Amino acid sequence: MPIELLVEAVIAGVLLGCFYAAVSVGLSVAFGLLDIPHIAHPAFLVLGAYGVYVLGEHGIDPLLGGILLIPIFFLLGVAVYRFYHAVFEKRGTDAGLRGLAFFFGVAFIVEVALILTFGVDQRMVDAPYIGKGLALGEFRLPLRMLVSFGVALLLTATLSLYLSATFTGRAIKAVAQDQTALALMGADPVRIKQWAFGIATGTCAIAGALLIVVGPVEPGLGRLYIGRTFCVAVLAGLGSMPGTLAAGIILGVAESVVLTSLGASWAPAVAFGILLLVLAVKPAGLFGR
Amino acid sequence: MKGSTLFATGAAASVILALVLTRVAPSEYFFFAAYVVLQFIVLATAWNILGGYAGYVNFGSGAFFAVGAYTAVVLIKAFDAPLLLQLIAAAGVTGLMGFAIGAMTLRLRGIFFSIATVAIAVICETVVINSAFVGGSRGIAILQPTAPAWFGSYTRLLFAVMALLAVLAVALARYVQTSWIGRGLRAIRDNEEAAESVGVPTLKLKLFAATVSGALMGVAGAPFPLYMSFIEPTSAFSLNYAVSALAMPIIGGTASWLGPVIGAVLLGSLQQIVTVTVSSELNVLIVGLLLVTFVVVAPQGILGLVRKVVGTGAVR
Repeated sequence: MPIELLVEAVIAGVLLGCFYAAVSVGLSVAFGLLDIPHIAHPAFLVLGAYGVYVLGEHGIDPLLGGILLIPIFFLLGVAVYRFYHAVFEKRGTDAGLRGLAFFFGVAFIVEVALILTFGVDQRMVDAPYIGKGLALGEFRLPLRMLVSFGVALLLTATLSLYLSATFTGRAIKAVAQDQTALALMGADPVRIKQWAFGIATGTCAIAGALLIVVGPVEPGLGRLYIGRTFCVAVLAGLGSMPGTLAAGIILGVAESVVLTSLGASWAPAVAFGILLLVLAVKPAGLFGR
Repeated sequence: MKGSTLFATGAAASVILALVLTRVAPSEYFFFAAYVVLQFIVLATAWNILGGYAGYVNFGSGAFFAVGAYTAVVLIKAFDAPLLLQLIAAAGVTGLMGFAIGAMTLRLRGIFFSIATVAIAVICETVVINSAFVGGSRGIAILQPTAPAWFGSYTRLLFAVMALLAVLAVALARYVQTSWIGRGLRAIRDNEEAAESVGVPTLKLKLFAATVSGALMGVAGAPFPLYMSFIEPTSAFSLNYAVSALAMPIIGGTASWLGPVIGAVLLGSLQQIVTVTVSSELNVLIVGLLLVTFVVVAPQGILGLVRKVVGTGAVR
């Protein structure tokens, strides 16, 4: 591969990677910190993208739409967690198998509901920054990738700061380490987890907006993102925010290089390939807790 | 009658019934639909051996099914192999795949194992899409050979073959469940460390369960290209297989061999009816809704509900 092409692929990969980090931070919290087998996370992402699409039909900018959807998704997350806790965590027995089957079923229902409502066609939104490019010397960078890059960095940094600097954020990290100890300190682990899962789902609104800014969405897109989001969350080392960013960039660059050298049809296997490799070699990830 | 004798009688009766049906023949569509239900019995039973008995949730059933189907395609294209050879080869290839995921259980449990099976499914699909020999993403047409005189049409022959496979799969699952292997697998599901420490050969049992489960899934897929006369990656790797393979045992009840059979017959028939009368999207939605409802409301499945009402022990 010529060197210019490689450089271009790496630059595009870094932009793409930050976007992957943004779609994965929610999973890093829900799965990485709370140990919830949240396979429905990518389905919620696509749901967020469609929410933004509907708002876009009424002339609302996708990023603004994403922000407007955060409270709704937060409440959705709280409701899902309360249900999950009451049905699975409390009863305890066999929670693994049934919890997994539950979220798998939820993801499936969301996907089919989207198909029934919107059909299988691809949907996209309009915004001033979609379709334009920024010339940088010889390279041309699509503006929508730069916008998603900026928002993704902001989202990851905010969440990272929130988890390490605020009281509730630290409580969330504490619940990941030792639930019983937290209860002994007088905090209610269930309420903390409910709050954290709400935040994790809330990020799906913003990340979903990025999803539809970066490219057209279709109901089945969630399946592809099971691989990407879990690859990033596991490679990051469960629950680490800087790790999520680093892992996202690794995946983005790898996918971009494969795309340029082998062709687009091999790209979907990259995330899963890295995921299998990490699980086999270093299951604790890069920044394991 | 003793349980085993009763089961053997029922199994033999099912095969004879299937053979008689191919002669009596209500309509060609009957065989087309019944084949799918039987195929789901094999798939659900196979999933249950690893997922239900041992507690390792496989989300990649669709990949095993499709690899079985594509193994058959390769054999047909390469030297027009007969159906029996296709079935054996498919069982061999997907059995090896099963052995591989069995080996992964050494390091991966719970959600990590499940995600790894999704990974295998996507990687297999990508490889098939990029393989021109089996038609790539456009798919490939397969000609049905002429059927032997007894059956009348090739779909009827495939129906009878799938009926035989379903009976064999269920008999195998029942053997695993009632023998010491099943006890060991249940011990693994309930507490793997405890099982290992009292001398249950956990790795051997997991490898066995994963290999048998994988091979049966491949066998379920092997006749698929001939049945459809056409195969392409999107429908062969359809998520519907992965969800159904898991939903049917959970709805029927994972504790016994009878659970997947009940789930597959109920859900499979329902799917056929809804697909014809309403739409195929709706049928997929019903599977998802039923799965979530049963997981939440009746975790022991239909068998568990029946047992609550009747109050007897496990079905043997």
